[in-house]
Amino acid sequence: MTSTLDHPTLVAPTSVSSTALRVTFQGVGRSFDGREVLRDVDLEVTPGEVVAILGPSGCGKSTLLRSVSGLDQPSAGRVLIDGTAVNGLDTRCAVAFQEPRLLPWQSVARNVSLGLPRGTDRASGSARVAELLELVELDAHRDLRPREISGGMAQRTSLARALARRPGVLLLDEPFGALDALTRLKMQDLLLDIHGAYPTTVLLVTHDVDEALQLADRIVVLGRPDDATAATVTQLLTVQGARPRIRNDEALGRMRSSLLASLGVDAHRH
Amino acid sequence: MSTDSSLDTREATPTSTSGSRIPGSALGRIGLGALVPLLVLALWQSATSLGWVTSAQLPSPASVYSAAVDLIERGELATHIGISTQRVLVGFAIGAVLGLGFGALVGLSRLADALLGPTIGAFRAVPSLAWVPLLILWMKIGEDSKITLIAIGAFFPVFTTVYLALRHVDKNLIEAGRAFGLKGIKLLTTIQLPAVVPAIFSGLRLALAQAWLFLVAAELIASSMGLGFLLTDSQNNGRIDRLILAIILLAVIGKATDALVGLAERWAVKRWA
Repeated sequence: MTSTLDHPTLVAPTSVSSTALRVTFQGVGRSFDGREVLRDVDLEVTPGEVVAILGPSGCGKSTLLRSVSGLDQPSAGRVLIDGTAVNGLDTRCAVAFQEPRLLPWQSVARNVSLGLPRGTDRASGSARVAELLELVELDAHRDLRPREISGGMAQRTSLARALARRPGVLLLDEPFGALDALTRLKMQDLLLDIHGAYPTTVLLVTHDVDEALQLADRIVVLGRPDDATAATVTQLLTVQGARPRIRNDEALGRMRSSLLASLGVDAHRH
Repeated sequence: MSTDSSLDTREATPTSTSGSRIPGSALGRIGLGALVPLLVLALWQSATSLGWVTSAQLPSPASVYSAAVDLIERGELATHIGISTQRVLVGFAIGAVLGLGFGALVGLSRLADALLGPTIGAFRAVPSLAWVPLLILWMKIGEDSKITLIAIGAFFPVFTTVYLALRHVDKNLIEAGRAFGLKGIKLLTTIQLPAVVPAIFSGLRLALAQAWLFLVAAELIASSMGLGFLLTDSQNNGRIDRLILAIILLAVIGKATDALVGLAERWAVKRWA
């Protein structure tokens, strides 16, 4: 019932040992060349939770996400994963970007294996890759190159690569933003399946209100308070209801309107 | 899955569209490529046999052929070809390896770029033949000076293409690699080097052409063997048949070596791009 990707059974997470980790933002701020983009972000993400980060373009959503992975360092405050501060690239995280960012000269399977933790032995690595390819339904396409597959398949490869690390925190930076509407819905369902099979902590940056409402336990809205140049958390909403949620649910509809309004969009016209 | 699967087998098919314009088979391609040389040969033959030119200006194909047979029988032609090919290959190998090394260093390290970039750029600006007197003075007229000159010629195309290609490796791919814990040598061998393999091969191809160019420059000026020597020697002795033979040999051998690197390039583009 969950998935429109018609797989009959989910792969049993046989070799999963990944434990979901807590992520804590403490007064996180970031300036670029003296221009403050983010300030005073405080947030506690509980293990296994799915948190969507919503906000208008250029408000620092991706920057916030990059501070968790260690691809970027905050200029103020700090980010803690499981109680220890992020310092440099953090191997407890895995990232999927808006673009698949696959190596064009490697097969789908080899691209997924790039995500395996260093020092994984060959046998368990290839078993892990096979398991993930089955999960994202690419086992039949494992030997194709990225240019031979569709955008949705490439993004599934990118997700599988991120999962190969057994991350304690999965960071998704608008992973479905560049996909067509139908593929996007399928990918959202797949993400829920993945979260069911590997219940890791998920931070999802998106500009799609419906995507946030469909996937997240909580929604963080980043925005600039009046007269401020830097964005910070302006709303923190808990989304009720077990997933998968009915997409045209009435309570979700009201939330959608208020979220759109807070993003400066007139909900009645959409 | 249904919408995706319609896209599954989508593949780039530019080869089939361009293939419809020229005969598809390799044999057909070779035939077409040989057409113009055969026409030139026919024109040459008629020009000499119909008396459009004197044999002092242009000897007939037959006399060039017999000049070749003569040189082969004396065992000189094999020596000339052998020594020239050896010089090109050794000089090309040295220049290409150095070009790869310095190109990678300057392309990857901001420090090395700031430190070495201007100097290498200035050396590249020196016209190739300007090195000849200095090299002869330092290394005398021997193999060393010739191979050094050829290596200089092969160095710059490789250096420039590798350096520029490494500068333009997709930043997003590198960031993805870093996000998955790759760094240093591992990042280099997993992402940066594979990304520039096609560029390396086109650099090698340019370098090989340069190597032949510099070979003739080196042999014209000072040598007692080789195709460049055959050129000057024939000029001094008025042996225009041998002179034309040397030019034809340079064309054929140069094209053959280029075709070999071209094959490797095609394989590399297919494998890495």
